[in-house]
Amino acid sequence: MAAFQFTRTPIAPDELRRALADPVCGGYAAFEGWVRDSNEGQRVRGLEYEAFEALGVREGERIVADAIARFGIAHAACVHRIGALAVGELAVWVGVSAAHRDEAFRACRYIIDEVKHRLPIWKKEHYLNGDSGWVNCERCAAAQAAAEDAAAARHVHEHV
Amino acid sequence: MTALAPQATPDPKHITVQYYALLREQAGRRDEALVTRARTAAELYAELTQRYPFSLAPEVLRVAINTEFREWTAPLADGDAVVFIPPVAGG
Repeated sequence: MAAFQFTRTPIAPDELRRALADPVCGGYAAFEGWVRDSNEGQRVRGLEYEAFEALGVREGERIVADAIARFGIAHAACVHRIGALAVGELAVWVGVSAAHRDEAFRACRYIIDEVKHRLPIWKKEHYLNGDSGWVNCERCAAAQAAAEDAAAARHVHEHV
Repeated sequence: MTALAPQATPDPKHITVQYYALLREQAGRRDEALVTRARTAAELYAELTQRYPFSLAPEVLRVAINTEFREWTAPLADGDAVVFIPPVAGG
C-alpha cells in the first residue's frame, strides 16, 4: 500500500487497516477525520477539498517515513479525500501498526498533525445560508467581500 | 566587455504557474505559461498581483518551484514551474 495517497472516491478504512496487519504488531491506532456540520459558528452543508497533488504526495510520503523513523513503528499509511464531500463523510484516514500501543498512538497523532500543517490541501466550506469560503483564508475573503460591498454601494450611489 | 552590471535587466524566462484554491478563483484560471523578467518567486508574485485581484499577501503564502517548497528569494530559471501556496487546511 502507498504510504500516502489522495482519492476521489470514498475511503474504505477496513481494507486499509488490513494492509497494516503484521504478526510482530500488538497495537494498531487509527484516526479518522470526518466532515463536521459547523465551523466557527457557521452551519456547514458540505465542502470541497483541493490539493496540489504532486507536492502533496511527496510531502505525505515524507511525513509517514519520518513517523516510522521517529517512533519505531512497523507500518503506517495515510489517505486524504479530494473533491466534494457531504457532512459525515470520511475526509482523512491515518493508520499505524506497531509492537506496542504507545508508539502507535504517538505516531498516529504526529502524522495527522503534520498532514494538517504541511500538506498543500485546501478546504472550501459551503454553508447552509448559501455562502462559501476557503478555510484559513476567511479573513482575506471577508476583506474582499467588504471591498466588493463598498464598490457596490458606490455603484448604487452613482445611479441614484 | 561582456560582463553584466549587477543591475542589468535579466533575460526573459519562460515560466509556468499553477493556481489553487482562492488564487485559482481570483486568477480565473488553473495555470498559465508566461514570459517574465522576474528574478525571484517574490518578484513574480508581485508582477501577477498587478494582473489579478489577489487578496492574499505574500507573507501568508508559501512557494513551490518544480514540486519542492522553496524560499521566496530563490532565483527563477527558464522552464521553472511555480506554485503559490495559500494557507493550507487539510484534515
